[in-house]
Amino acid sequence: MYEIISKRLIAPAVWRHTIKAPEIARKRQAGNFVIVRPITGSERIPLTIVSSDTQAETIDIIFQVVGATTMDLAEAKSIQDIVGPLGHPTHIENYGRVVVVGGGVGIAPLLPIAQALKQAGSRLTAILGARSKDFLILEDDLAPISDELLIATDDGSQGQKGLVTNALKPLLDKKAVDFVLAIGPVVMMKAVSELTRSYGVKTMVSLNPLMIDGTGMCGVCRCKIDGQTKFACVDGPEFDGHQVDFDNLTRRLSMYHAEEKKRKEIRS
Amino acid sequence: MPLNLNRVSMPEQESQERRHNFKEVNLGLTPELARAEAGRCLFCKKPTCIDGCPVRINIPAFIQAVLDNDLNEAVRRIRVDNSLPGICGRVCPQETQCEQTCVLNKKGAPIAIGALERYVGDYAIRECLATECVVAENGIKVAVVGSGPSGLTCAGELRKQGYSVTVFEALHELGGVLVYGIPEFRLPKEAVVQVEIDTLKTMGVEFKTNYLIGKTLLLSDLMEAEGFAAVYVATGSGYPQFMQIPGEDLNYVYSANEFLTRMNLMQAYKGDAAATPIFVGKSVAVIGGGNTAMDAARCALRMPGVEKVSLIYRRSEKEMPARTEEVKHAKEEGINFQFLTAPTEYLGTPEGAVRAARCVRMELGEPDASGRRRPVVIPDSEYEIQVDAVVVAIGTQANPIIAQTTPGLEINKWGYIVTDEDGLTSIKNIYAGGDIVSGAATVILAMGAGRNAAQKIHEVLAR
Ligand SMILES: Cc1cc2nc3c(=O)[nH]c(=O)nc-3n(C[C@H](O)[C@H](O)[C@H](O)COP(=O)(O)OP(=O)(O)OC[C@H]3O[C@@H](n4cnc5c(N)ncnc54)[C@H](O)[C@@H]3O)c2cc1C
Ligand code: FES
Repeated sequence: MYEIISKRLIAPAVWRHTIKAPEIARKRQAGNFVIVRPITGSERIPLTIVSSDTQAETIDIIFQVVGATTMDLAEAKSIQDIVGPLGHPTHIENYGRVVVVGGGVGIAPLLPIAQALKQAGSRLTAILGARSKDFLILEDDLAPISDELLIATDDGSQGQKGLVTNALKPLLDKKAVDFVLAIGPVVMMKAVSELTRSYGVKTMVSLNPLMIDGTGMCGVCRCKIDGQTKFACVDGPEFDGHQVDFDNLTRRLSMYHAEEKKRKEIRS
Repeated sequence: MPLNLNRVSMPEQESQERRHNFKEVNLGLTPELARAEAGRCLFCKKPTCIDGCPVRINIPAFIQAVLDNDLNEAVRRIRVDNSLPGICGRVCPQETQCEQTCVLNKKGAPIAIGALERYVGDYAIRECLATECVVAENGIKVAVVGSGPSGLTCAGELRKQGYSVTVFEALHELGGVLVYGIPEFRLPKEAVVQVEIDTLKTMGVEFKTNYLIGKTLLLSDLMEAEGFAAVYVATGSGYPQFMQIPGEDLNYVYSANEFLTRMNLMQAYKGDAAATPIFVGKSVAVIGGGNTAMDAARCALRMPGVEKVSLIYRRSEKEMPARTEEVKHAKEEGINFQFLTAPTEYLGTPEGAVRAARCVRMELGEPDASGRRRPVVIPDSEYEIQVDAVVVAIGTQANPIIAQTTPGLEINKWGYIVTDEDGLTSIKNIYAGGDIVSGAATVILAMGAGRNAAQKIHEVLAR
């Protein structure tokens, strides 16, 4: 059992939990994730560690309630199982002029990496995308570390109206970008990668396939990277966006949509 | 006295009934059957059965105790060499071990040693016989990484010697392959595996689930900050292999580990009551010829709505590595065996779900390095079978996590940990054994390696 120290609703249906997990807090680096099984009988799902506090021995996770497991997690008083920190931590160096692009709850995993990149000396531009103003998260955490902060919402309720790629393109045109990191919905990561490819700007993405164990045992997280099969949990979760087969990822993510819907109905 | 060649047959659930449930297939010997079978033993002066046993259990001695109806003695006799008779009696490939070398095998009716071992093991489980040995702690800490049969055995043996033993397990459940891989109908979880684990808990072994060593804590953390005097690494070889043929990433093409983990560990076999789903459709193809393939095929067959399960194996029946009993059970239940066949590609629907497997026929050529005849493709033999799901059960590899995070730990070119015959790795006081050293093997070998390492660790630490 892992104690939930605090819970906050930070956007509609988006929660931030602070969880007591001493060993994970000590070992965790930017880019690591955990596998969480909220209650006995629920699924195991991967969630990025957004922050950790070695003094308080806690880690923070942010998630959107989308199905039965995240409903369980939102309601839980403590968490049955957490294992981590998993995956390779992000390779951090001073890349020069860095643009980090986050979409929706993808801004959560983006934050710790942006912080680490900034600390390494990079000049940081953050582009945050959301459906509308209400759904925008972590703006206050990213603003102080960003040399420039751009916001794009689907309905124009905050920042520019439209997609994050619209905000990114002018920077690329100005040749003001050395490195891009994009985390968010698959369509967004795909669009960003396609855009930067034509400019030859190195782009990393963090993939979110289905996972069970997170230790390399089941292979459900396999992705196609440059034609090769890779396990996102042990080989990733970050990969070169120009080598990722995003259509394959989208397809594999849809594998249990029917079952998930049914489960959610039973659950609620 | 004339030889008695009436080998007992294990009472089992009727095949057409059991193919619709996950309850144990083999029901176990009654005391009458067990004693009758024990009575067939010739108690050879030079018992060749022992030569066939990887851990050299004194088989005639425990069979004699069964015959004498002294089951406590039978348990003691087996436990000298094997800590988990209830498990090994169920899953050992006896037909290539003790029962193969039993003299009566020449007459086609070896003693049913496996069934008798299980009989004794079940008695030990029922009577909770191991709790007698709760030993005071000597204050020396030993860590075990991985809670499969190898880790469990090593932990139990060290605890009996007085060590404070902590087992670290990456998953949320203990038991390794015994829990996530081998299905309920072959090895009951609560009635058998859990009891063995509970016994260890009673003996004072501490278990920590959700610890992925190499990530949550490093091996070096265990040796330094955490103060363990020695570590036994028994992490198995659970890293699934794929064939690298087109279409393997289509939806509902599973590794056997994913399929069995969903089924067993995450209990997808319970249907809508389970949170973790599994999709099998009507027609399933399983690729491979080992125990894992049999388990996957028979799990699939038991799911509601499944009409046909094909098992596709590239060699002939004779070369299949699975236990004979599993093949027999699978056939009785109606698994469709396609020998000398191999998939070359999977074809998908526009939505990306697998819809067919393209296969070729094979014939057997010259023997390869393993001594088995190498399958060769017959030209122009291609054909397609319609499938809704595919399970790839062609084997596993070493998991890279510990090797990647432990500088100085020697591994071989396949990623398995290198040890000397005592189980000692290239790092002082770090031992390893089971599948992570041998490559995918058997429960009995993994268990044997755990006992062996426990003995060596005790010898070194007691100095
Ligand atoms: C489906 C299937 C059916 C089988 N059927 C049979 C059979 O009928 N008869 C037979 O004799 N053998 C059978 N086998 C083989 C047998 O199960 C294995 O040889 C045996 O389980 C190996 O034991 P082990 O303890 O070495 O490893 P495992 O049982 O694999 O256990 C390893 C454990 O270590 C954990 N682990 C891994 N990495 C870490 C880490 N870094 N930190 C912490 N924990 C970690 C794993 O989660 C796992 O629980 C079968 C195997 C499978 C997959
Ligand atoms: S989640 Fe199972 S192998 Fe990656």
